[in-house]
Amino acid sequence: MKRWIRDGDVVVGRLDRQEAAVVRGLVSQIQDMLLARAEETPQDELAELTGIRTGPSEAPDDPILGRLLPDFHRLDDDAPDPDEVNSASALRSLHEPELLDHKTGAAEVVLKTCSPDGGEIRLTIPEAEAWMASLNDVRLALGTALDVTEDMPDELPPEDPRSPHLGVYHWLTWVQDTLVEAMMP
Amino acid sequence: MTTPVEQERTQPEAVGEEIAAEDRPWQTVVWNDPVNLMSYVTYVFQKLFGFSRDKATKLMLDVHHKGKAIVTSGTKDKVEADVAKLHAAGLWATMQRAS
Repeated sequence: MKRWIRDGDVVVGRLDRQEAAVVRGLVSQIQDMLLARAEETPQDELAELTGIRTGPSEAPDDPILGRLLPDFHRLDDDAPDPDEVNSASALRSLHEPELLDHKTGAAEVVLKTCSPDGGEIRLTIPEAEAWMASLNDVRLALGTALDVTEDMPDELPPEDPRSPHLGVYHWLTWVQDTLVEAMMP
Repeated sequence: MTTPVEQERTQPEAVGEEIAAEDRPWQTVVWNDPVNLMSYVTYVFQKLFGFSRDKATKLMLDVHHKGKAIVTSGTKDKVEADVAKLHAAGLWATMQRAS
């Protein structure tokens, strides 16, 4: 991977075959998790008629999905304000279907524009924005799974079970950061 | 629908508090997290809210150093929409009443 370059209305990058496999594999996994969450709440006929969809009112149990689909209020872990709990449920139900669409759509853009063979990637500005959001979702998921902290070292001791995965996380950080740099107005 | 709890609240003091609470604007709060990139957070603030690079950078640094920053405020509908946009970008945002 070389850093992303902005060329007018196009953003150009390049991944080798192995890098493309890593990106596609991780983005697919996140997309599958999000699609599974969306399928937990089947839409009824009324929703199809009115076009008003409702999502679940409960936050996901899974910590990765919880980070990707946050509450609208900061709820106290021990003694949450009952009014805020009710409001957070209502707002989740209202907004989660659209948020899931947005995230699975961004993942779809990556899968569509990143060839399994690797090679040059040419993105329009909206596609580059989808890449940024999708890479960010993958990093949020990995960061949650690896329990990443702000002062995370470049490498963990070899005996740490997270050690082999941290390299991928740091690499994705670099890929996202150079994309942001190329896109920065 | 009836809610007995609500009825119990119709005491003079409680009503006064409710009115005061209604007057307070809503705020969009972005919280620090160890994953989101400083560059990306700055980009998102510029892109979503049209902030200058300087303003976006200052808010990003507030999030980073103070743990959170209030990035927008206004009506409940506006703030709710702002939080939804920030969630779509992957930032950890919540909404609250101004205190």
